[in-house]
Amino acid sequence: MTTVLDGDLVASQVDKLIPGIVEEWGACDVWVKAEGILDVCRFLKEDPALCCDYLVSISAVDYVEYFELVYHILSIKKNHIVVLKAKCWGREDLTVPSVTSLWQGADFQEREIYDLMGIDFGGHPNMKRLLLWEGFPGHPQRKDWLESPR
Amino acid sequence: MPIRTEPVTLNLGPQHPSTHGVFRMRITFDGEMILDVEPVVGYLHRGSEKLAEERTYVQVITLTDRLDYVSSMSNNLAYVLAVERLAGVTPPERAMYIRVIVAELQRIVSHLVATGFFLNDLGALATPLMYCFREREKILDLFEMLCGARITLSYMRVGGIFQDAPLEFWPALRGFLGYMPGYLDEYERLITGNEILLSRTKGVGILSGETAINCSVSGPILRASGVNWDIRKADPYDVYDRVDFDIPVGTVGDNYDRYLVRIAEMRQSLRIIEQCVQQLPDGPIKTEVPSLVRPPKGDAYGHVEAPKGELGFYLVSDGSISPYRLKIRSPSLINLTALRDMLIGCKLADMIVTFGSIDINMGEVDR
Repeated sequence: MTTVLDGDLVASQVDKLIPGIVEEWGACDVWVKAEGILDVCRFLKEDPALCCDYLVSISAVDYVEYFELVYHILSIKKNHIVVLKAKCWGREDLTVPSVTSLWQGADFQEREIYDLMGIDFGGHPNMKRLLLWEGFPGHPQRKDWLESPR
Repeated sequence: MPIRTEPVTLNLGPQHPSTHGVFRMRITFDGEMILDVEPVVGYLHRGSEKLAEERTYVQVITLTDRLDYVSSMSNNLAYVLAVERLAGVTPPERAMYIRVIVAELQRIVSHLVATGFFLNDLGALATPLMYCFREREKILDLFEMLCGARITLSYMRVGGIFQDAPLEFWPALRGFLGYMPGYLDEYERLITGNEILLSRTKGVGILSGETAINCSVSGPILRASGVNWDIRKADPYDVYDRVDFDIPVGTVGDNYDRYLVRIAEMRQSLRIIEQCVQQLPDGPIKTEVPSLVRPPKGDAYGHVEAPKGELGFYLVSDGSISPYRLKIRSPSLINLTALRDMLIGCKLADMIVTFGSIDINMGEVDR
């Protein structure tokens, strides 16, 4: 079975290396500051004990007050998974560091989030819409998006 | 005096017979050599994730049919697993066995389609494809017995399956298990040692194991690159931990390895189905779950080894009758990330073959 690593365990390890970056943690997920996501991911990937070499997926959820990015990061060697979350407050001008420099697999997923949720990923080599066309009004996966604005 | 040359940019698609749907590639050539590739997707975008937010948990099953429309069973399974994890429901034993049987039948369908179209892309027009479709028809007949549909099945339910298999299903399945290995041998005689296939696919479109992991590639492509990773073994769901099967792994990661891995996986699928039929217990096929499921607040990630790779559903519930957010981790889209690495340095003539060996489905890429 793929073990989901304890939030407590990951949080303490990350906090030891980068103090103050962890915001909170649950049974199996860790919330970190959005601007520090790249540093945390680099640590997860390069740490020999964690060795998270495979990015499974990046999801974005619109909770209206804030957006939440969810990273599922897997270690193929050790067969464990880390669930990393980051909150982005506000609706406009959202920028989060891109993790494409660590995992190329983030390329399309970050572009999709930019397209449908409107979160910009700084440092992405080709940040443009993935599914919709250039000039599409708004970001339709947001909760406040209307097909025909009133 | 040297001849002055400059790179040419060409648009392949969106309407092109080799793209299996509507897919566009912007390719830059230097003569016949590929310098750069940029996939352009979205022509089939239907907003499945947004549509799911306005439907009940059970209604969303029909949306998942239409993601990868040659493997609806696997899509159904991945989705109901995510909902079951969220709602804390366990299906009865018999349902889990039947789910594994149909998911493996679906894997054979998908790999047959992949193999047939792969050879079609190579220029072996229609003959191998018709051989592959002959067996695919037989499996679709089995699916028709189960639920009346052939393509968009919606067979799985939260907490089990829609209905038990009719009595005539089991002899038909046994018959299929009897003749399918012979048909696989027939493909191998026809295709595997073929000199044209060998010279066109060996050493072409090589993807190394490290690049595959870095690009988040999954499924047969990852295994063909020599990475032994299969969710059925690594994170067994339903009853995969009770059956014995091997994971075929490639060595080089070229087009030929990807073809071989798919053929070998079909044989393993037959093994799994045989064991499941032997172990199949009697009993109920569905746990009682209200038709308007209201999972508690929270999130869950359910994933399966779909024929094309890891298919995952990230579900967020706010306690109401429809998902607050449904995110689909589609293997076809993410496997395309590696396309550029596979194609750069290739010749124009090998491009279509390499693209065909990834086996994508546009319904799943664009969602």
